[in-house]
Amino acid sequence: MIYLEVPKHLRLLVDQAHQVAKHVFRPISRKYDRAEHDYPKELDMLAALMDGLSAGGGQQDAGVGGLRPDEGSTGGVRNGANMSTCLGLTELCWGDVGLALSIPRQGLGNAAITAVADPEQRKRFEGVWAAMAITEPGAGSDSANIQTTARLDGDEWVLNGEKIYVTAGSRADSVVVWATLDRNLGRAAIKSFVVPHGTPGMEVVRLDKKMGIRASDTASISLIDCRIPKENLLGTADIDTKAGFGGVMQTFDNTRPIVAAMAVGLARAALEQARTLLGREGIKVRYHGPLFTKSAAEAELIRMEAEWEASRLLMLKAAWLADNGIPNSTEASMSKAKAARVANQITLRCVELCGGLGYSEVELLEKWARDSKILDIFEGTQQIQLLIIARRLLGKRSSELR
Amino acid sequence: MDGEKIISEVMGGGLRVLNRIADSPLVERLGLEDRAQKLVYEGAKRAAETAAKAAKRFRTKRTSDRPRSATKFDLSLSEEQQLMRDTLRRFADDVMQPAAREADDRSAPTDDFLDAFSDLGAIPMAVPEALGGAAEKVSAVSQMLIAEDLARGDMGLAYAVLSPLSFVNALVHWGDDDQRASLLPSFVEGETTAAAVAVVEPQPLFDPSALRTTATKHGSHYVLRGEKSLVAVADRAQWLLVAAEVPKIGPRFFVVERDAAGVEVIDEPAMGLRSAGLGRVTLDKVRVTDDTLLGGEAALGVAGKAAYDDAVDRARVAWGAMAVGTSQALLDYAIPYCNDRIAFGEPISHRQAVAFMIADIGIELESMRMLVYRAAGRLDAGLPCQREAYLARTLCSEKAMQIGTNGVQLLGGAGFIKDHPMEIWYRQLRSIAVMDGNLLL
Repeated sequence: MIYLEVPKHLRLLVDQAHQVAKHVFRPISRKYDRAEHDYPKELDMLAALMDGLSAGGGQQDAGVGGLRPDEGSTGGVRNGANMSTCLGLTELCWGDVGLALSIPRQGLGNAAITAVADPEQRKRFEGVWAAMAITEPGAGSDSANIQTTARLDGDEWVLNGEKIYVTAGSRADSVVVWATLDRNLGRAAIKSFVVPHGTPGMEVVRLDKKMGIRASDTASISLIDCRIPKENLLGTADIDTKAGFGGVMQTFDNTRPIVAAMAVGLARAALEQARTLLGREGIKVRYHGPLFTKSAAEAELIRMEAEWEASRLLMLKAAWLADNGIPNSTEASMSKAKAARVANQITLRCVELCGGLGYSEVELLEKWARDSKILDIFEGTQQIQLLIIARRLLGKRSSELR
Repeated sequence: MDGEKIISEVMGGGLRVLNRIADSPLVERLGLEDRAQKLVYEGAKRAAETAAKAAKRFRTKRTSDRPRSATKFDLSLSEEQQLMRDTLRRFADDVMQPAAREADDRSAPTDDFLDAFSDLGAIPMAVPEALGGAAEKVSAVSQMLIAEDLARGDMGLAYAVLSPLSFVNALVHWGDDDQRASLLPSFVEGETTAAAVAVVEPQPLFDPSALRTTATKHGSHYVLRGEKSLVAVADRAQWLLVAAEVPKIGPRFFVVERDAAGVEVIDEPAMGLRSAGLGRVTLDKVRVTDDTLLGGEAALGVAGKAAYDDAVDRARVAWGAMAVGTSQALLDYAIPYCNDRIAFGEPISHRQAVAFMIADIGIELESMRMLVYRAAGRLDAGLPCQREAYLARTLCSEKAMQIGTNGVQLLGGAGFIKDHPMEIWYRQLRSIAVMDGNLLL
């Protein structure tokens, strides 16, 4: 049955997440945009609140914690954790992307843990706030070229290397570090490791100053002979050259729709605000009549809304596939590529449409236009997504279509 | 007001308070963070419990008298739809694609093709059992899938066979008992196969809600005046469903016989869709009895307006589905071409400039598909669809054209010559923005 509406049983969660975004995030959005690197203390409350909501609501998690691989679904269509997470994050990012990225225990590293960890590890790392450390000074999009090494010494892994652009890297309790077991074995040798803050040898060496998502901390981390227990390697230590990136890359099938969800929420915030401000100037949006007999502003609002709807539905499709155990790599990348570029275009255009009001700090429009840019960069740039999609559609290996 | 909305607003009030507590320098100074957090946790838990309980009450109350179908986001097809889809895809690939070039050249569908389609039984499948057809339940989604799969074969040929289907749909949706009884049986039996819907008019900035064609009442007759453009199978249609403005009432449909005095049809070959056998229909003081008003006299009221608005939405979804089907055919053709075509010693698909165009076609095709499917899903669920159909049309108008031009670009010179179907798709995909009517699901 083709039916592409938000399911009834998730509407309450959406409404609740929206209330958080509206009453918790929005009022402090500008404050932490200005006070970069100040810890938003309101977020401790929020973590408690999120935990309370899922404990009391008896329903799916609004955060990434619920992103478990599907365990033996009992027939029928599922609208599960992937969809509820995407819908919840859409609302939270309607409030503020930077703050949403700083919610304790909702880090991208948590998504990595839930995607790759075995049941024992999932249990052991429950309640941990984990950041994700992939990028290095010499390896951004080229993540197969990671130089950070992991060497087994007795019962411990010894990590050495340098990680940059780690979102929530200083605030999280732990960092999921990507490192190679053998530089000569390429992608297959790359594994992820949970490194708790306070482990000797791991240090936050700097916090970046950024154009946007300033409420979220972005850290550089150095690892010098950093020793962690053997059991902190997520998944299996076997190097299966056939499976390739398999293990760690699985994370992305879950996290890319999440970034798409962030973009969808942020873009909606800008569209709604532009519509409100233009509404005061007499611009109304009507869904009838030729586009070309409308004012240019009305037509542009409609075009943007159509693009926005497309990215929202692509995100839901990717999440739906994951919830129903259907492979979704292509769709995950499609949703991320589309939603991120659309959000960037929409936020920038809304600044223009609202003129000085859009550009000044009176409104949040200019902030959203700064925030949106990162969404087309992290968790795989636009260009990396296009590469992945093209390889899939054309049936090409990464050695052929480079 | 929506029950869940009320609950959320109540929760919102609580959250505002909690946020103030969190923000208070006092809490920090007094070292009360732990206790405050506990407070927030318990408060949120209670609020969520209350909200969940109340929502359950609202839900059971509200859904009790509604069918239980369609409460989850779902992209899967019914078994019946999947079966139909498999059949039509084979039909599109094996019958339509090979017939497309010739039909385009002669600006008309072949009789063979029309007969072959008739044998598939799509028209009886669109008419409910209660009206003598074979459909357990009529579904806009099923018809959208038909349009998509046929357009994958050839958009012009699809337009030719979807036109009588659209005529039948209009009768099923909005016809009165007499109109259904007198017309549907001959379509269901396959005696009449040629009919068309005529909404589009030959003027710039055409708006289906602001028609120039008029229907003025004279006693027990209406007199129709105006011109209709790009009508499929116009020369062979026995029946036309003509959209005309009834002064002081608004746009309405009239069931008009092709042979009525004053109806003139001339060929109107166009950039694309030629295989549909396009025609211009001129209505020169055509006198029709007032029982030809679709839906009868009742259609002069709000029901008639609602029906016409619904028809506009259904046309937009139908053309969106056509854009999806043809774009899919284009992508499926471009991929092996780019993999086989060697330049500079390797397949051109190994170059990002080429590969990224393929990726973009894939993304925008899927974007169109999602918007079209959603609008069709809403039609079946009985939800308002004007916004969704309008947004689908807005997106498809733009993206279909882009996909068409990029398809030719990928093939280069080969895309421009008639050895390949690419140039047909280029010409056809431009029609999506132009065709705001003439079909309906």
